[in-house]
Amino acid sequence: MPSDRQKKIRNFCIIAHIDHGKSTLADRLIEKTGTLTQREMEEQVLDTMELEKERGITIKAQAVRLIHNDGENEYILNLIDTPGHVDFNYEVSRSLAACEGAILVVDATQGIQAQTLANCYLALEHNLEIVPVINKIDLPSARPDEIKKEIEDVIGLDCSDAPLISAKVGIGIDEVLKAIVEKIPCPTGDEEAPLRALIFDSFYDPYKGVVCYIRVKEGTIKKGTKIKLMASGKEYEVTEVGIFRPSLMEVEQLQAGDVGYVTASIKNVRDARVGDTITEALRPASEPLPGYRPAIPMVYSGIYPADSSDYNDLKDALEKLQLNDAALTFEPETSVALGFGFRCGFLGLLHMEIIQERLEREYNLNIVTTAPSVIYKIIKTNGEVIELTNPTNMPPVTEISYMEEPIVNASIICPSEYVGAVMELCQEKRGIFKNMEYLEATRVMLHYEIPLNEIIYDFFDALKSRTKGYASLDYELAGYKKSELVKLDILLNGDPVDALSQIVPKEKAYQKGRAIAEKLKEIIPRQLFEIPIQAAIGSKVIARETVKALRKDVLAKCYGGDITRKKKLLEKQKEGKKRMKQIGTVEVPQEAFMAVLKVE
Amino acid sequence: MKGLYVHIPFCKSKCFYCDFNSIVNDMLQDEYIDVLLKEIDSLSEENFDTIFIGGGTPTILSIKNLQKLLNKLSRFNPIEYTIEANPGTLNKEKLILLKNYGINRLSLGLQSANDKMLKKLGRIHKYEDFLKNYFDARDVGFTNINVDIMFNLPNQTKEEFMFNLYELIKINPEHISCYSLIIEEGTKFYEMHVKNELMLLDEEEERLIYHEINNVLKQNGYIQYEISNYAKKGYECKHNIIYWTDEEYIGVGAGAHSYYEGKRFNNISNVYEYINKIKLYNSAVEECINLTEAEHMSEFIFLGLRMNRGININQFKSKFNKDIMEIYSKEINELINNGLIEKVGENIRLTEKGRDLSNLVFVSFIK
Repeated sequence: MPSDRQKKIRNFCIIAHIDHGKSTLADRLIEKTGTLTQREMEEQVLDTMELEKERGITIKAQAVRLIHNDGENEYILNLIDTPGHVDFNYEVSRSLAACEGAILVVDATQGIQAQTLANCYLALEHNLEIVPVINKIDLPSARPDEIKKEIEDVIGLDCSDAPLISAKVGIGIDEVLKAIVEKIPCPTGDEEAPLRALIFDSFYDPYKGVVCYIRVKEGTIKKGTKIKLMASGKEYEVTEVGIFRPSLMEVEQLQAGDVGYVTASIKNVRDARVGDTITEALRPASEPLPGYRPAIPMVYSGIYPADSSDYNDLKDALEKLQLNDAALTFEPETSVALGFGFRCGFLGLLHMEIIQERLEREYNLNIVTTAPSVIYKIIKTNGEVIELTNPTNMPPVTEISYMEEPIVNASIICPSEYVGAVMELCQEKRGIFKNMEYLEATRVMLHYEIPLNEIIYDFFDALKSRTKGYASLDYELAGYKKSELVKLDILLNGDPVDALSQIVPKEKAYQKGRAIAEKLKEIIPRQLFEIPIQAAIGSKVIARETVKALRKDVLAKCYGGDITRKKKLLEKQKEGKKRMKQIGTVEVPQEAFMAVLKVE
Repeated sequence: MKGLYVHIPFCKSKCFYCDFNSIVNDMLQDEYIDVLLKEIDSLSEENFDTIFIGGGTPTILSIKNLQKLLNKLSRFNPIEYTIEANPGTLNKEKLILLKNYGINRLSLGLQSANDKMLKKLGRIHKYEDFLKNYFDARDVGFTNINVDIMFNLPNQTKEEFMFNLYELIKINPEHISCYSLIIEEGTKFYEMHVKNELMLLDEEEERLIYHEINNVLKQNGYIQYEISNYAKKGYECKHNIIYWTDEEYIGVGAGAHSYYEGKRFNNISNVYEYINKIKLYNSAVEECINLTEAEHMSEFIFLGLRMNRGININQFKSKFNKDIMEIYSKEINELINNGLIEKVGENIRLTEKGRDLSNLVFVSFIK
């Protein structure tokens, strides 16, 4: 039975497909409940990282406590914002575990999308009460009635009194608040029982140490409590507990049903992993909360300093990023072409791009990133199994019995007129058709089995462009499958460049080799001498292009006495030169290493 | 050596390739000249070895204004006294005036000897106008004439250009400036280029023409002394050599640049703002940079290397008290190995290949 205190609490999150208005709705709820004054409101308050605001996406989970007075009672509404991208699915799942209910935001012009469904199923798995909300009804193309029917048909949720809102213009926000209070169950859990609190996010603060975002399921936690993290087994003493308004605000204690934060002089986010359970050291719970598993990197790539003297700075930066990002892994590696650097593991391509951008922007590093690779399994003739994350380390063909590559189950939703285009794309990407179902008369959901390495490159962009942006995609790892794979090497000026090697399906090797050689010809600037570019499998050259020698680089006119202008031009040219990586005698622009995978 | 540059920022119309500081506005002429005279008055120098009146189009000035300006400059007694003149703004009366005021070098903007091409470049004159000016200038007594000409023009074949060059050689000017067209941002040509409306040669063909120009001019007694400049012996432009050899110069007028006592500074380019600033403060300096020793060295090198004779190792040493081979040994050796520069006696200079890729060479000496 919930206590009287618990009856006034609602813990919920908002789930939505990207761009359906999740963050905007969160902003309106914060505004409406007076959590922040109008002056303090900034668009998308919860997305605090510069990158998140820029890209309009949520990377890290965030939480905020809202106080809502419905005229009779005052309620505490804990809103937990969740990441919207499939790369961060694991974090979504943890956020959901901290709630009793979820608001499902569906765009009135677009209807259900792949991530709507994926997140919805996740929420149902966690037994959350789902409150559907139809957003963007102010748009002329909104079709709320059809969308409601779609939600009822596809997901089976009653939409008869789903609020019709526009988060952008502020229509229907009161109804959303009312639905939260009325429909989402209050938390339960014995406040006197041994402590069990779920860590659903954490970040590193240089002054407080790791700040854990927690949902207390049972018991009470306060300053001075001796705690134990059940997965890591480590013990700490609580230095502070508090709530999110949305900045950190210390309170005396957090009890069963509460959402808040705890600090305990924890030095590294790895020691307080998302999904771990906090209990009391002196009176531990017998069982942790279900579902802890570490986030596993799916994509690997090499990150190198453009200037080799920056190696230690890069190492420091990666260590600092890791303090906040338990999913990021890295270990030192050496490349003949690029020197000393790190092989880094990421949740997906977006995660990788974000780390890359943060290294460049926040740490002001000039880096070279090599083409991402998935983890291949190599079964050698002697029975040994190798997990290959760097194509360079592929053993000689004679030692390989066979290879396996990771496969995902992908679901794609699109208007029925694009089914042909989507199928064609999936086929090109070596997809195996599973089945297809109609969500409504004009919209279809397709299920495919596709190799992960086909997805991580440009699949999503291709899908969007071939369906005029209408298709949506979700996928989950489905294991490994035997596959015919070869290592494609690139030679510049006759020398193989290890950082440009890739594992590719044999059937695509020729086409890919040609495309890469052509692409590199575009990217590598003309230099003093002619540069042959070759693509090869083993010792067999399968494609060849040539960058012609530079014949002219001269400013004819010297602008009278304006030397400064001329010097600025030369300085700009020098800057460009600095951004090149010297490989043997060839200067290669940094983008070449990424561009090799963006070829078709 | 010390030079004075005087900028006249007016033109009858803007040529399609030009991004120099010039405007089309006749109304401002009188006021500008008054202000310019004021700036010249403020100069403390007793004398200059060279004076160069450039533009824009200096010869667009009315007889009255030209007279005022030349009168003001007559307190100096330069060895070389140049004015830029454009066909379409020049006549015998003006030429006599220029000659009488001691101007001893005329720089004529021809650009092309083909009337259709002149039109396509946005020039206001025909070839015939140029010829008239040229022979009038000879009549009046000018014995040192430069002609500006351009190659690598849109839709221009090698043969067409060479025909231009031979025509020019026939009339035997003392100096030829021969520029390869550069498409500059902010020009009409740039807009057209972005829209892919200009037919331009590729690098190889362009360099073939350049090499042929060098050969043909050499055969006809013109010595190349800078990337784009050729002269009969003894007729090299002293004023321009000042820019390339780390000598001092003062620029007056809108947007003019100066190099003096280790500083580079320039007047504001905007003609209206220039006028206001001089009126109010007697100075229109917009920016002043104090060169560090490292910057000074790299400028000394990359400017000096523009000249065919290159830079002198001893001169570097006496200027900076350091050995160039110590500071830039890696760069110099690499450039020599790549055949871009060569050491001849005490000089380091561009090779023929180095002249084609001079920016590549210069960049090595930046920072």
